[in-house]
Amino acid sequence: MLEVEGLGAGYGRIPILNGIDFSIARGEIVGVLGHNGMGKTTLLRTLMGEIRATGGVIRFEDEDITRLAMHRRARLGIGYVPQGRDIYPQLSVMDNLRMGEIVRRGQSAVPELLEYFPVLEALMERPGRALSGGEQQILALARCLAGRPRLLLLDEPTEGIQPSIVDQIQAKLAELTRALDLTVLLVEQNLRFIAALAERVLIMQKGTIVASIAPEQLSDQAIVDEYLGI
Amino acid sequence: MVHGILAMQHPSERPKWWWWVFVAGLAAFFITMPFHLEIFVILEMSRFFGMAMLALSMGFLWGFSGILSFGQTAFFGLGGYGFTVLALNTGETTGSVFFAVALGAAGAGILGYFMIYGRISEIYLSVITLVFTLILEKGIRATSGDQYVIGKVRLNGQNGIPTVPQLDVPWNTSVQLDINWFFWVGAVVMILVYIGLRLLLTTPFGRVLVGIRENERRTELLGYDTRRYKLGAFMLAGGVAGLGGAFYAISIPLAHPEMFSLGRAADVIMWVLVGGKGTLIGPIAGVFAIEHFKGWLGTQGVGQVTLVLGAVLILFVLVFQRGLVPSIGSLPGLWQDRAAIGRRLGEAAAQARRPVRRRGQARRGSGA
Ligand SMILES: Nc1ncnc2c1ncn2[C@@H]1O[C@H](COP(=O)(O)OP(=O)(O)OP(=O)(O)O)[C@@H](O)[C@H]1O
Ligand SMILES: [Mg+2]
Repeated sequence: MLEVEGLGAGYGRIPILNGIDFSIARGEIVGVLGHNGMGKTTLLRTLMGEIRATGGVIRFEDEDITRLAMHRRARLGIGYVPQGRDIYPQLSVMDNLRMGEIVRRGQSAVPELLEYFPVLEALMERPGRALSGGEQQILALARCLAGRPRLLLLDEPTEGIQPSIVDQIQAKLAELTRALDLTVLLVEQNLRFIAALAERVLIMQKGTIVASIAPEQLSDQAIVDEYLGI
Repeated sequence: MVHGILAMQHPSERPKWWWWVFVAGLAAFFITMPFHLEIFVILEMSRFFGMAMLALSMGFLWGFSGILSFGQTAFFGLGGYGFTVLALNTGETTGSVFFAVALGAAGAGILGYFMIYGRISEIYLSVITLVFTLILEKGIRATSGDQYVIGKVRLNGQNGIPTVPQLDVPWNTSVQLDINWFFWVGAVVMILVYIGLRLLLTTPFGRVLVGIRENERRTELLGYDTRRYKLGAFMLAGGVAGLGGAFYAISIPLAHPEMFSLGRAADVIMWVLVGGKGTLIGPIAGVFAIEHFKGWLGTQGVGQVTLVLGAVLILFVLVFQRGLVPSIGSLPGLWQDRAAIGRRLGEAAAQARRPVRRRGQARRGSGA
C-alpha cells in the first residue's frame, strides 16, 4: 500500500530525515515510536506532502507520489490527522465535518460519521474552539474519515488526553480500521495505546528508522530501555 | 435576530426568512427614495452604489477568504475605463457593463494567477496589489497625448474621459435611463451583488473559502486545491469591483485616473473597517456612512475635511474595533448580558481602587 525508500527531508537546509525505508501492507496498523524531536511528525508531513522530500521515493498503491501536491495526495486516499488536531476553531463542528466531505461528491458523510462518533451529535452547532481536547481529537479524526481515506496517518492522537478518553479512542480506532478497511500509520508516545493497536512498531531515532519490533516486545523493559531509554 | 440581520449569522448557514425581509426592506428603502428626496440628493447617492460594490469586493475577499487586496481599485478603474471606452465605441451600454465585469475579473485573473500560484506570502500580495493599482494609475495618467486612442476614444490622461455614456434601455438603446431610473438600477444591482455574495457563502465554494481563511494548509490537507479557490475568489472580487467601476464612472460621469489612486484605495479599507469586516452588509454601510459624513463635513464649512475625517475614523476604529455592523449586532447580546457587564465594571472599579490603598499601606509600612 505504502512504500518508502531512502526518504530524506528537512526544514530549509537542515536535514531531519535521512534514508527512511519501510512499507505498509494493506490493512496493517503500523506504529512509530521515538523520542521528542526525532522526526516523527516530519515523517508524516513529508508523506503527506506538506514538506518536500529531498530524496528517495514514496509510493502509494504503486503510484509514485513523491512530488505530488498535498491536496492530490488527499484525493488519492491519504488522510492525515496532525499533531495538535488542527480543526477549524471558528467553524462549527458541522462545518468542520462538511469540510472533510469533498471526495464524497454531494453525498453527505455526516450521518455515517455520527453513527461512528455519537458524542459529536450534541456538539454539532458549537464552534470548534469550544470543544475539549478529547472532543477536538475525535472531531479531527471524524473529519479525516469524512474524506474516506484508505491510508490514515495519525500523529499522537492521545497527546494531552485523559486516560478514559484514550481508551475510547483506542476502541474506536480498532473498530473503525476493521469496519472501513483502513491502513494506519500511527505515531504515538503512549506505549500501551500503540501496543494495543499496532501489529508492528517502527522505532525512529534521529531521522531514521532503526528497528522494527513486535508490539509484545514493548512490554519487555530491556527493549524499551534500549530504544526509548533516556 | 438583529444578530442575524446584520449578517452575524454563521456565513455557511442559509439565510433565514428574516434576512430576506431585511433585504426586501433595504430594497424598498432605496426604491422609495427618489419619491421623497431632492434630485441632487439622488444624484449624490447614485455614486455610492458603485463605491459600495467596490467595498463589497474587498469585504468579501478580505472577510471571507482572508486575502487582503489593497488594490481592488485596480479592477474598479479597469471596469470604469473598460465600460467607457467600449460604450463610446459601440454606442451600446448593457454589453459594456458586462465587459467591465469581465475586464475586472480578467485583470484579477492575470495578476492573481502569478501571486497565488507563485505562492507569495499574504503581506506581499497586499503590497503587490497596491503597487499594481498605482502602476495603472500612472499609466493612465500618462495617456494625455493624441496617440493614446482606443477605437475612436481618446484616453485623455490626467483629465480622464468626461463623456461617459449614461445607461440605456437594453432592448431600446436609443432611450437613456434618467436620474431616478439610474438610481434604481444602481440600487438593485448593488443589492443583487450583496445577495449573490451572501448566498455564495452557503455553497461548498464559500465554505472552502472560509476554511482557507481559517487555515489554508489544513484545507489543502483535506484535498482542496486552495490556490484554485483563492484565484476564483480573487477573480470574482475583481469582477465585482469592475462592475462597481462602471457604475461609478457613469454616476460622476467621468472615467478618471483617480479611480486607481492611493486615496481611493485607502477609502476602500476605511469603508470595510468602519462598516465591519467579516460581514457583507458592513462594507455597504461603511460606504454610505463615511461618504455621507464626508459630504456633510464639506457643507459645515470645516476647512480641514480630510483631517477631521481622519481623526473621527481613527477614533471610530479604536472604539468599535470590529466595525459598525458587528458592534451594533452585538448590542442585543450586551443588553442581555448587562448584569454580567455591571458585575465586570464593578470588579474593574474595585480593581482600580485596590492598588491605591496598597500603595498607601506600603508607604505607611516603610515609614514605620
Ligand atoms: N518548522 C520547523 N522548522 C525547523 N525545524 C523544525 C520544524 N519543525 C520541527 N523541526 C525540527 O525537526 C526535528 C524533528 O521534529 P519533529 O516535529 O518531526 O519531531 P517529533 O518526533 O514529531 O517530536 P514530538 O514527539 O515532540 O512531536 C526537531 O529537531 C525539530 O526541532
Ligand atoms: Mg511530533
